[in-house]
Amino acid sequence: MRPFVYERPTSVSSAVDIATHADTGQSPPTAANTQFIAGGTNLADYMRLGVAQPERLIDLNTLVEPALRQIRIEDDAIRFGALVRMSEAADNGDVRRRCPLLAESLQFAASGQLRNMASLGGNVLQRTRCEYFRETSWPCNKREPGSGCAAMEGFNRQHAVLGTSDACIAAYHGDFAQALIALGATVDIEGQQGRRTLAFAKLHRRPGETPNIETDLAADELITAIEVPLAPWSSRSRYLKIRDRESYAFALASAAVALDMDGERVRSARIALGGVATVPWRASAAEDTLKGKVLDEAAARAAADVAFADAKPREHNAFKIPLGKRTLVRALLETRDMKG
Amino acid sequence: MSEAKIASGLSRRMFMTASVSAVAAMPLVNSSKSADQPTSAKPAGPRDLSAVSMRINKQPYNLALDNRTSLLDALRDHVGLTGTKKGCDHGQCGACTVLVDGKRVLSCLSFAIMNQGREITTVEGLVSTDGELHPVQQAFVDHDAFQCGYCTPGQIMSAIGCINEGHAGSEDDIREYMSGNLCRCAAYPNIVAAIVQARDEIRRA
Ligand SMILES: Cc1cc2nc3c(=O)[nH]c(=O)nc-3n(C[C@H](O)[C@H](O)[C@H](O)COP(=O)(O)OP(=O)(O)OC[C@H]3O[C@@H](n4cnc5c(N)ncnc54)[C@H](O)[C@@H]3O)c2cc1C
Ligand code: SF4
Ligand code: FES
Ligand code: FES
Repeated sequence: MRPFVYERPTSVSSAVDIATHADTGQSPPTAANTQFIAGGTNLADYMRLGVAQPERLIDLNTLVEPALRQIRIEDDAIRFGALVRMSEAADNGDVRRRCPLLAESLQFAASGQLRNMASLGGNVLQRTRCEYFRETSWPCNKREPGSGCAAMEGFNRQHAVLGTSDACIAAYHGDFAQALIALGATVDIEGQQGRRTLAFAKLHRRPGETPNIETDLAADELITAIEVPLAPWSSRSRYLKIRDRESYAFALASAAVALDMDGERVRSARIALGGVATVPWRASAAEDTLKGKVLDEAAARAAADVAFADAKPREHNAFKIPLGKRTLVRALLETRDMKG
Repeated sequence: MSEAKIASGLSRRMFMTASVSAVAAMPLVNSSKSADQPTSAKPAGPRDLSAVSMRINKQPYNLALDNRTSLLDALRDHVGLTGTKKGCDHGQCGACTVLVDGKRVLSCLSFAIMNQGREITTVEGLVSTDGELHPVQQAFVDHDAFQCGYCTPGQIMSAIGCINEGHAGSEDDIREYMSGNLCRCAAYPNIVAAIVQARDEIRRA
């Protein structure tokens, strides 16, 4: 691991200051010399593997602003501070009741220990688990732009079928992000240029020709909060995650579903797909096909076909297309059968 | 608790007791700098040692550590508490589980320096002063909840966290909320049975 300087700022503005003054390059945050650390469950791992090589770490856990650690339930929204731990949000009774999808996407992620450590801000920014990205002896366009992509013709069973490019097919593995994109969340960001609020759907970037640029954030920008609007579909919502083993594994395929029903008919559907795409993935076209329809198995299947219409399999991951469709069909029908 | 009750676990128990007294007798390591001196005042160079102070099993420690040192390596290599095990060093097995301020975490993914001022509990800190095993330890002995024993300290620390969190309600809950602790010997049924017993005993107490 590269030696690093360790900083303990006490306020968001001083954290931003350190990041601004210590860093000169235009690199994306993940390649910057100065990086933030929260739970460290993603970054410490990648530093030990030599994938991330910051020379300065800014610890966010010493920031004193109380809102960073609070969950606020408002009439029309839930606000999560960026330093709230995954376990705190998953176990919060109001979150579980008002929006089961949010709690379930956290409860079925990682392990009890990891959820106690990992922050929500760090969670949404977790980097891919692509085996060739993790092992520095392989060519990888995300880790070393222009070096090639070893996964393309390699063992790509875990890789994405949606949102891929000729440069990178790495999956985005996070679960919580699928809930956030389905529910139309926003993130509050603070940086040298001031504060801004960004649609969660705009936070992550598809790989395109620059898979090394993963988000819309600059190196001096900090996520301070995540806000999820509460809407008629929030309480009738769930997260279905399909894995190689029953627990403590990333999704092969998952579906985040929220429904607003008018009797048998769908007034509005919210759908996101995990484990199958390069970024958190909202299936808007599939949502549209359900509008006004009676949600039976045929309608669910038709929506699933639309959701995967543009899927591009590689040698070992074609199974994710039928698996992803079945996951979505089951999630839609199970959500329909929930009490609203 | 009588020695006879331990049966096959006798030598293991004696080992635990021995390692506890060894720790108690050990002097504070590298107690050069003052306890809560903030490093942010003037960050040192990347290769300078940093002062880290924490309480480990109720004893204060002042350490001088390279920033890259994990909490796991600090415990094992700098403090000499080798009860906490290194399985994968990448957050994937749970062998390194300890309690930080009462919550179970993975010490391999935590930089020691980020634990400044915290209260760490390792498996060596569970035995009471009169030598009685913690209910979870005793339950693991009673149910033979191990074979090679390598995962056991992590299982025990995680089980304590799991019970304290209120996630040990049913056997299904236990399996789900203990899934972060892998056991290569697959002692899982016995581990679940041990946690059920310990949960009930802790609830009664
Ligand atoms: C074995 C294992 C299994 C896992 N399984 C799952 C799973 O099933 N599902 C799942 O969703 N996740 C899973 N994870 C991933 C885990 O959820 C993430 O590692 C964790 O959520 C990251 O949060 P953190 O606070 O530890 O982030 P850190 O490691 O501290 O940071 C991650 C990144 O975010 C940046 N960052 C952190 N906070 C901020 C902020 N507020 N503003 C700006 N930048 C910030 C850091 O600079 C870093 O680049 C697993 C991890 C492991 C090790
Ligand atoms: S899929 Fe992306 S992350 Fe994986 S090797 Fe290819 S470029 Fe790298
Ligand atoms: S050694 Fe920490 S989880 Fe395996
Ligand atoms: S007892 Fe051998 S690994 Fe669990």
